[in-house]
Amino acid sequence: MSEGNGKNPGNVTSMAHSPVPNEDLGKSGGTAKLKIFRGDAEGGQEVEYEVPLVEGMVVLDAVLAIQAEQAGDLAVRWNCKAAHCGSCSAEINGRPKLLCKTRVEEYDGEEIHVHPMRAFPVIKDLVSDVSWNYEVSKAIKPFQSSEQAPFTMYEEDVERLYEPKKCIECFMCQDVCHVLRTHHKHPEFAGPRFFVRNQWLEMHPMDEADRLADLKEDNGIGFCNITKCCTEVCPVDIKITDNSIIPLKERVASEFYDPAKWLMRKIRGNGSSRNGN
Amino acid sequence: MSSVAAAWKRLPWWVEPMSVVFVLTAFGLYSATIVLLYPGDSEQFPQYLSPFYSPPIGRPDWLPGFVTAPLFVLWIPLGFRATCYYYRKAYYRAFFWDPPACSGKAQQLDRPWAESTESYRGERALFVLNNIHRYFLYASFVVVAFLWYDAVLTFFPEGGFGVKVGSLIWVFNVTLVSAYTFSCHSLRHLVGGRVDCFSCVRGGNVRRKAYNGISRLNAKHPQWAWVSLFSLLLTDVYFRLISAGVIPDLTIIG
Amino acid sequence: MQREGNGHREQYETREHDVLIIGAGGAGLRAAVAATERGLSVGIVSKSLLGKAHTVMAEGGIAASVGNVDPEDSWRQHFMDTLKSGKFLNNWQMAEIFAKEAPDRVYELEQWGALFNRTPEGKISQRPFGGHTYRRLCHVGDRTGLELIRTMQEKVLATEADIYMETTVTKLLKKEDRVVGAVGYTRESGKFIHFKAKAVIMATSGWGRIFKVTSNSWEGTGDGVVLGYDAGAEIVDMEMMQFHPTGMVWPPGVRGLLVTEGVRGEGGLLRNSEGARYMENYDKEKMELSTRDVVARANYTEVQEGRGSEHGGVYLDITHLGYEGIMKKLPTMYEQFKNLADIDISREPMEVFPTVHYTMGGIKVDPETCATNVPGLYAAGEVAGGLHGANRLGGNSLSDLLVFGRRAGEGAAAFVGESVHSADIEGDAVRTEIGRVLEPLEKGGEGESPYLMQQELQVAMMEHANLMRDGDSLKEGLGKILALKDRLPNVRVGGSRLFNPGWHTAQDIRYLIQISEIILRTALERKERRGAQWRLDFDGPDEELGRINFIVTKNGQGEAGIERREIPPMPEHLSSLFEEEKAKA
Repeated sequence: MSEGNGKNPGNVTSMAHSPVPNEDLGKSGGTAKLKIFRGDAEGGQEVEYEVPLVEGMVVLDAVLAIQAEQAGDLAVRWNCKAAHCGSCSAEINGRPKLLCKTRVEEYDGEEIHVHPMRAFPVIKDLVSDVSWNYEVSKAIKPFQSSEQAPFTMYEEDVERLYEPKKCIECFMCQDVCHVLRTHHKHPEFAGPRFFVRNQWLEMHPMDEADRLADLKEDNGIGFCNITKCCTEVCPVDIKITDNSIIPLKERVASEFYDPAKWLMRKIRGNGSSRNGN
Repeated sequence: MSSVAAAWKRLPWWVEPMSVVFVLTAFGLYSATIVLLYPGDSEQFPQYLSPFYSPPIGRPDWLPGFVTAPLFVLWIPLGFRATCYYYRKAYYRAFFWDPPACSGKAQQLDRPWAESTESYRGERALFVLNNIHRYFLYASFVVVAFLWYDAVLTFFPEGGFGVKVGSLIWVFNVTLVSAYTFSCHSLRHLVGGRVDCFSCVRGGNVRRKAYNGISRLNAKHPQWAWVSLFSLLLTDVYFRLISAGVIPDLTIIG
Repeated sequence: MQREGNGHREQYETREHDVLIIGAGGAGLRAAVAATERGLSVGIVSKSLLGKAHTVMAEGGIAASVGNVDPEDSWRQHFMDTLKSGKFLNNWQMAEIFAKEAPDRVYELEQWGALFNRTPEGKISQRPFGGHTYRRLCHVGDRTGLELIRTMQEKVLATEADIYMETTVTKLLKKEDRVVGAVGYTRESGKFIHFKAKAVIMATSGWGRIFKVTSNSWEGTGDGVVLGYDAGAEIVDMEMMQFHPTGMVWPPGVRGLLVTEGVRGEGGLLRNSEGARYMENYDKEKMELSTRDVVARANYTEVQEGRGSEHGGVYLDITHLGYEGIMKKLPTMYEQFKNLADIDISREPMEVFPTVHYTMGGIKVDPETCATNVPGLYAAGEVAGGLHGANRLGGNSLSDLLVFGRRAGEGAAAFVGESVHSADIEGDAVRTEIGRVLEPLEKGGEGESPYLMQQELQVAMMEHANLMRDGDSLKEGLGKILALKDRLPNVRVGGSRLFNPGWHTAQDIRYLIQISEIILRTALERKERRGAQWRLDFDGPDEELGRINFIVTKNGQGEAGIERREIPPMPEHLSSLFEEEKAKA
């Protein structure tokens, strides 16, 4: 086994572990200019910052560099820095983006304006209050099965559930949805994120709860006019409208808006017409 | 292809809704002209029927004049497209500006005429009727079947078999219309979307395969919606040019 | 007395719970479920939003011997693999409980709605991982941690537990010898809360942020271990830091970002700049799927000896899976490299290098109940020490969270059930603490930036406590850290109390310094090469040290006291497992 140089553990040739901060690593000599919203619920304005441009730099890198060296109290949320956790959602030039996944060089020549998500109350700088989303989540009937795990479930039956399960709860779909953003239907409308959750719950082979009435009433799925902005901004490429919302709208239509079924029910005089097939 | 998409994305946000307005308005005017002002043209076409007149239905004489024969069929494709999940997106965005596009700037112009932003009802008020989409789908199956029947007939002009360019255009058009019809979200629901567990129901494996097939088609539903609309238009124009003698209908076989 | 003045003017809210859980990752949430099931009032404090905890970053899978693809697997084999990987420094009782209970915790997740990839027979699919004898990791693509935390989050949201999001605890409160609550503040408003609780569970994860190159988020600052240590808890195995063999190298912004072991699990090959599969020189038998300590050292050595890649890493090649295969098995990795590094991993190899990933050490707990030596204080998950010994196996972390999260919740619930004490405290402890926390913000004057101090510390730890260590360098590092400790009172931050990350960092830096000091001190004590502790100035493992854990407690003078504690001998039914295996071989 090869042990390297016993005397000199600090002698590492990897840039990754280089003990010196190597400030110049990947620097091109250029700078990135960002106009960042500074303010709180009362209001605020854009402040311009300039940071040295580094190869492959994402907007979050620039924001954190500003935070460390120029504006220690600049508020921003972030965690994994790898687009897995959905914390660093904000708006760049008016579009919801994950700051950790958006490269500075994408905006070559354009100004970069960074703002907090606007469909929710602003707390400070790039941070807005997303707690409402957790209230909506709490009100959804959780997974429920009378079968005892381990389940026998086949890939063929669950393959379409992997897509909604990818959701990282960045809430950018909620931010861009005009029903919330423009029409402020927060109390009556659950928003795209929670149709995604409802979809896998409803389509799960083992789940037994019925959420269709909730979807129609409490979650207000009828407010959605399928204009697909949610799908456009999803950072993990969930086809929210086509694969979550519309399938649910169809199930709600079967349950509540299908005249033939409605008539059948009148004749038979029983409640739900829905079963597994 | 991706560079085209990228170029499209770089255009100002209003280009897309405005294009939709233009195309749908133009198509609407064209089809209204044909159906309302030239309902008898079908008899003038010796060999082909314009897709606007298929299937031909007899018109009772006691009806008022503006109810033309093609209207007996036209409500089906019209209703199917008007309640279609894709066209809904297109017209809510382009005609109602609700919202016109997704960027923050565009969203500020959401329904500029509305008195209050809170008055929005989405598909909970009048547009709740769009939930009837599946019934238009069922009716469309009949129309598409007739379109295919008529397509086959074009290969047998006056009893003998023959292939002309017009026939191929017919088949091409019907193929696109079928792709649009069979990529419908409601069909996807009917075939598999309403099933929670394929392996638990009879014929589940076949249904799952059909569902997956429709899902793949469905991913391109917007594209099918547009190309089938254009092909309808072009087919109609082509047949009119033939019958007016402007261009010859070339024979390939026969 | 400016300091007292601050505290005395301050209004704060008081919230009372039977059990207070600090940390909302997998362990904290599982503990919350256990405690609410007993009908107790539970409060969960989370530094971030719910569902963003570090659990979300776990990719490869959750290890449990359910035997779906390799029916020969058993808890015994899982137990043995865990101990061998931990070089027998593990608490064997914890490892036994762990290996026996992991399958039930996986099934329980499924019962609550988690979805794993399936085998053709409709069971949970399992993949191979480094150091596991059998294919053992239940997984869903390469986002198993997301599935786990989302399932637990939704389970907890369905309970009555109160969740304090974006709230930071700065001190545990004690009455006599018992922990009876905590003081914290809400980031959104900067307002303080006094949590009264009959029992407190620490589930605060690790402290990777003491290093510059780490897969950990800003949260990994080891709050829990220092809060526990300050409250008198014993901490164990602090010298054992896990370097994950494969972190990203380029571009600079993503240095240290995790590349899942799942890549090697799915057949990824490690090569150096000469194109050689060098793992055959380090572990001919297991090759790329050797334990993490071995692979990390191999990667490090290859680069150090001049066989590194362009940006100073080694090559990890998964191109044989092809685009389709990668999108099925490792879609997150594909996106990560495509988006952040412009690399298509279905066509070209990745550049990787070790990154600080996990902390084996932590608060010492009772294996059955997760109780610490301080009455009323419990710990579970990464912040607790003992299960993993000198090196953790990949996939053991997620099952650790659930097995011991549940036991901590039940242990704390039992303690609350038996106790009659009130959680009231006497005196000014809350106000004094508030005054201390406000100091960097309110004292005014010129001072040091907490950000720059943190960077200085991270650089020092990279230089002196990296994955190859020697005595002189460790001593030098200790000197630097102690110097930083002296400068701690000079930290100043600007801005208001409203969501102020600078102020927050001013709290974190204290934890980072304290932990770094303890790590350096224990690393100096362990004069051998064992698992993650690799002393270049000693030749190999030391037999005597192999029976010793280093236990650190805060002594009467407020200094870190180190005790050598003998590991009790394994009972017959466990030791015989290893003897049988030896006899077979």
